Amino acid sequence: MIDSNLFQLVCFYAFGVVTVGAALAVITLRNSVHAVLALVLTFFSTACIWMLAEAEFLAIALIVVYVGAVMVLFLFVVMMLDIDQEKLREGFVKFLPVGLVVAVVMLVEMLALIGVRVMHAQTMGANPAGDSNTAWLGKALYTQYLLPFEVAALILTVGVIAAVALTLRQRTGTKRQLASEQVAINPRDRVRVVKMAAERPVDAAPAPTPESKP
Amino acid sequence: MITLSHFIVLGAILFCIAVAGLFINRKNVIVLLMAIELMLLAVNINFVAFSRFGHDVAGQVFVFFILTVAAAESAIGLAILVLLFRNRSTVNVAEIDSMKG
Repeated sequence: MIDSNLFQLVCFYAFGVVTVGAALAVITLRNSVHAVLALVLTFFSTACIWMLAEAEFLAIALIVVYVGAVMVLFLFVVMMLDIDQEKLREGFVKFLPVGLVVAVVMLVEMLALIGVRVMHAQTMGANPAGDSNTAWLGKALYTQYLLPFEVAALILTVGVIAAVALTLRQRTGTKRQLASEQVAINPRDRVRVVKMAAERPVDAAPAPTPESKP
Repeated sequence: MITLSHFIVLGAILFCIAVAGLFINRKNVIVLLMAIELMLLAVNINFVAFSRFGHDVAGQVFVFFILTVAAAESAIGLAILVLLFRNRSTVNVAEIDSMKG
């Protein structure tokens, strides 16, 4: 029988390694489509780690909302644009040392601040959510954080409208139906009934003589 | 036994990878957007861990709002990207300099 704490730790390290590896793939892969797929893997393994932290609702929301909607949107855009991959890679080697130095220095500073040894004793303890993480989150969200929740909905609406308004394009030279104009038309503007006197028969022309025929 | 520092170290590593990505891919707008997503993810890992270890729901509620704002941000960012590509036929940051900033 394997110790459950040890098993949790092994799972954490496995998911963590996958997360970090996929994140490295995101920033180094040559093909943008592959980079987006690596980002999907990063999000998925992060959701697994959130499961280990017993944040079930957010883990599922990350997969359903983020991987299912936002990353697919990314994938659509990347596939739609015809990008010259080689030209965009020009500065890669040039900026690699700078990027590495900054990242490593930042990481060392952060790790020093975190002080791995000092906080090592802090364990997870009992789950504050009790049985249901979703109920715990929902109760806070719909009572204490109701106004921010509604503002978040408003932000999403603004985002949708802005995205549509930005990419909407009026093409010139295309012929299409305008239903509103068709419905709003007044028949009097199109058909004009002219009152006029009846036409008189024209005087009968003289019949052609048979001799004139060839 | 998973401790708080495990989660925070993972978040720090992810954040630094994202910063390195911003530096080495500074020509490709798409990878820049993806690096920003990675940064937000690193922050979210920290929030979830603190919420779990600090026994406070506020952290997870905040992750919820960060996810919302990040979704709106990436939708608008991608719309701007499409618009940019339609007008300039490139996603190269170095060539997008018409504002002479």
